[in-house]
Amino acid sequence: MTADEPATSAPVAELSFEQALGELEAIVDRLDRGEIPLEQSIAAYERGTALRRHCERQLAEARLRVERLVEGEGGEVSSAALDPEAS
Amino acid sequence: MQAHGIGALLAQLEERKKRLAEEGLFAAERKRALPFLPEVVGVVTSPTGAVIRDILHRLADRFPRPVLVWPVTVQGERCGPEVAHAVRGFGALPASGWPRRPDVLVVARGGGSIEDLWGFNDEAVVRAVAASPVPVVSAVGHETDTTLIDLAADVRAPTPTAAAELIVPVAAEIRTRVGRDGERLAAAFERRLNDAMQAVDYAAERLPRVARRLVEEQSARLRTAAYRLRTPAEQLRARGTALETAARDLERGYARGLERAQSRLAGVVERLAPAARRRLERDGARLEALGARLESLSYQRTLQRGYALVRDHEDNVVATRAAAEAAAALAVEFADGRLDVVRAGDDTGGGRRRRARARGDAAPSQGSLL
Repeated sequence: MTADEPATSAPVAELSFEQALGELEAIVDRLDRGEIPLEQSIAAYERGTALRRHCERQLAEARLRVERLVEGEGGEVSSAALDPEAS
Repeated sequence: MQAHGIGALLAQLEERKKRLAEEGLFAAERKRALPFLPEVVGVVTSPTGAVIRDILHRLADRFPRPVLVWPVTVQGERCGPEVAHAVRGFGALPASGWPRRPDVLVVARGGGSIEDLWGFNDEAVVRAVAASPVPVVSAVGHETDTTLIDLAADVRAPTPTAAAELIVPVAAEIRTRVGRDGERLAAAFERRLNDAMQAVDYAAERLPRVARRLVEEQSARLRTAAYRLRTPAEQLRARGTALETAARDLERGYARGLERAQSRLAGVVERLAPAARRRLERDGARLEALGARLESLSYQRTLQRGYALVRDHEDNVVATRAAAEAAAALAVEFADGRLDVVRAGDDTGGGRRRRARARGDAAPSQGSLL
């Protein structure tokens, strides 16, 4: 978990759900404890809000997408749609 | 399969299990925690059948995720090598791009006989799972069927459905958690802002008080200073004193000036005095002389007209007979001089006195007159 890490400057969009949620909760905890100076708390709030949106977007976009991996002749791996209900 | 065969398999399994355990492949410290929420789930199983459907259904129910399925034969001779190859293949996928390396692997198969599951006891499978860079959840057979992959996996799930539950949280719970985090974020931020604003308000509130106190302190200091300085009366008194002092100084100065003037005057007088005295003396002498002359001239004219003046022996004018009788000696003064006279019948004593006076007394008195 990233709960004890300070807010990073990594673009929110690049964060995994887990990283985003962990950072969001870390920010909330630090804000709660008054550990973030006022000037930084605005940036922290904005960051937290972005993280929250990122998480919610991922939650909203969470769809089951199933693909099967196909190995080519040379061992290269590609993916193809899989319909497990079909067979 | 025959009972003999099964016994041989079990013996072989025990031997392999012991050997691989001694190698540390099943060690508890090798077990990794599963990710909280995998971005991509990899499944090694048959692409058809109940197992993959159960897994996908459970994932869809809990937290839909992209799923990559590496199709394998789940029984028979090809099973072990294919499963091992699939596990290694997933681990070899790039971390980004697509298809990418999953964050968690599930190796699943439905229940079956020991022979059916035998591929999951494959040493290659065990080694592949132990070496996998991606955490592996095994879900092979029923809970009572233990294969070596279960010992090598990071987590053993009793069923494929249970595996799905292990690898993703419930989205609704996460949604709630994210929502709560969002609320906490807003609340914490608001509280932080309120604290700050309260601090500002407090400061703003205090500011006039502080300013007032500053003013009060300053005025108190001023008062103290003023007190230490002087009240107007004191100042007046002080000035009065100064005036008195000045007056005294002035007086003293005046006195000194006066003294100086007096002494100067005295000096002048002193210098003047002898001259004045001399002059006074001269003038006095002249006056005296003049006076004497005036006095003498006042009756002189009368005497020239034939009158005479009678005087006694002390030069007093004898104006009456009684005075003439009382006088010891008499003299008659004419305009051209005196003549001692003797009363009739009084010759002896008078003769002597007349001579004496004619010789000695008359001459000085005439000298003093003129």
